Amino acid sequence: MHELSITQSVVDAIVERMDGATVKSVRLEIGKLSGIVADSVQFCFEVLCAGTSLEGARLEIVEPPGRAACRDCRAEFGVDDLILLCPCGSANVEVLAGRQLRIKSVEVV
Amino acid sequence: MCATCGCSDDAGVRVLEPGQGHGHGHGHGPGEHVHPPEPVTRTVLFEQDVLAKNDSLAERNRIWLSGRGIVAVNLMSSPGSGKTTLLERTVRELGDEVPVAVVEGDQETLLDAERVHATGTPVVQINTGAGCHLDAEMLARGLEVLDPVDGSVLFIENVGNLVCPALFDLGESARVVIMSVTEGPGKPLKYPHMFAATDLVLLNKIDLLPYVDFDVDEFTRDARSVNPGVRVLPVCATRGDGLAPWYAWLREVRGRTSAPVTP
Repeated sequence: MHELSITQSVVDAIVERMDGATVKSVRLEIGKLSGIVADSVQFCFEVLCAGTSLEGARLEIVEPPGRAACRDCRAEFGVDDLILLCPCGSANVEVLAGRQLRIKSVEVV
Repeated sequence: MCATCGCSDDAGVRVLEPGQGHGHGHGHGPGEHVHPPEPVTRTVLFEQDVLAKNDSLAERNRIWLSGRGIVAVNLMSSPGSGKTTLLERTVRELGDEVPVAVVEGDQETLLDAERVHATGTPVVQINTGAGCHLDAEMLARGLEVLDPVDGSVLFIENVGNLVCPALFDLGESARVVIMSVTEGPGKPLKYPHMFAATDLVLLNKIDLLPYVDFDVDEFTRDARSVNPGVRVLPVCATRGDGLAPWYAWLREVRGRTSAPVTP
C-alpha cells in the first residue's frame, strides 16, 4: 500500500526536477531489503504518470540483492530477507546493501 | 530488407546518394515514404533517494523538536494491539511528572483523540484518509496545531499497520512497537521491517496469556532475530502490569535526547 505514495514521490521528484520535459523512461533501484514491492510500484507508476510529463514512460526497475556482514565472525554473505542470520549462527549482523530506494536516471526527449 | 522500415527488397538493390539518409531503389523514393525521426533522447543522472523529501522534512521536525527539548516517541502496531489504552494510562501516570502531548494518526474519525482528550492531555488528530501511515509532513502540520510545550514528551500514535509506518521517518527520537499476545506468534518474522526498525517492543495483554497459544520466549527470540538485542517489555495496559520499566525507559530516552532548554 505504501508503494502508492512512494511511487507518487518518484513521479513528483522527476516532474519537479525535469521542469516538464517529456520523460521516455525512468530507471529505479529498489533493493531487495527495502520493503518495497517492485511489482506494485510498476502497477502504480502507469496510473500516476497519466496526465503528467511522464505519461507513457517506461519504468525499468533494478533490484540489487541484499548483503550483510557478521559483526562476530566478520563474514560477508547474501541475504534475501530481513531475517538476518549469519551462517555462524550469530544474529549480530549489519546490512551492507539492499535497502536502497533510488531514482537512478531518467531518459528525456 | 530495408534495415530501417523492414520493407522487402528481393533484388537486394541499393541506390545510395550521399547525404540522403538511407536509399531505397525498391519502389519508394524519399518523398513518398518518410520515416518519423527517432526522437533524440538524453539520459539525466538522478541518483536521488525516493524518500529524500520525507527524510529532509523529518530532519526538520527533529531539529524543531530538539530545539524545544521535546522527546518524540513514535508508537507503531497493528490495529487493536492496545496502543490507545496504553497511551491513556501512560499520559495519566506520567503527566504529573512531565508535560505530555499526543498526536493521533488514524485513517478516519476523532475517536482516539477524544479518548486522550478526556485525560486532559493536549492532543491533535491527523486523519490520513486513504493513507496507511503518517509521514513527516503530516507530523509537521500536527505539531503546528498542537504546539507542545518545551521539554514535553510527545507521543505519536501512528496508523495501525505493521507494514508501511516502518519506512517513514517522522523525526522522532525513538520508535516503539506494541504487539499483543492475541495477535499470535511469528509476527516479527512476518513483519521484519517493523520489528527491525524499533528501539523497544512492548508486549501487551499479558493478562490473556493463559487463554492464548503464545510463547513469550519464542516471540522474544523472533524479535531479536530481526533486531539483535532489542528489549521486549511484557505489559498489561488495562491493569497496569509491567509499566514501571516502560516509564523508566521513557525517562532514559528523555534524559538521553532532550537538549537543555534555554529560557
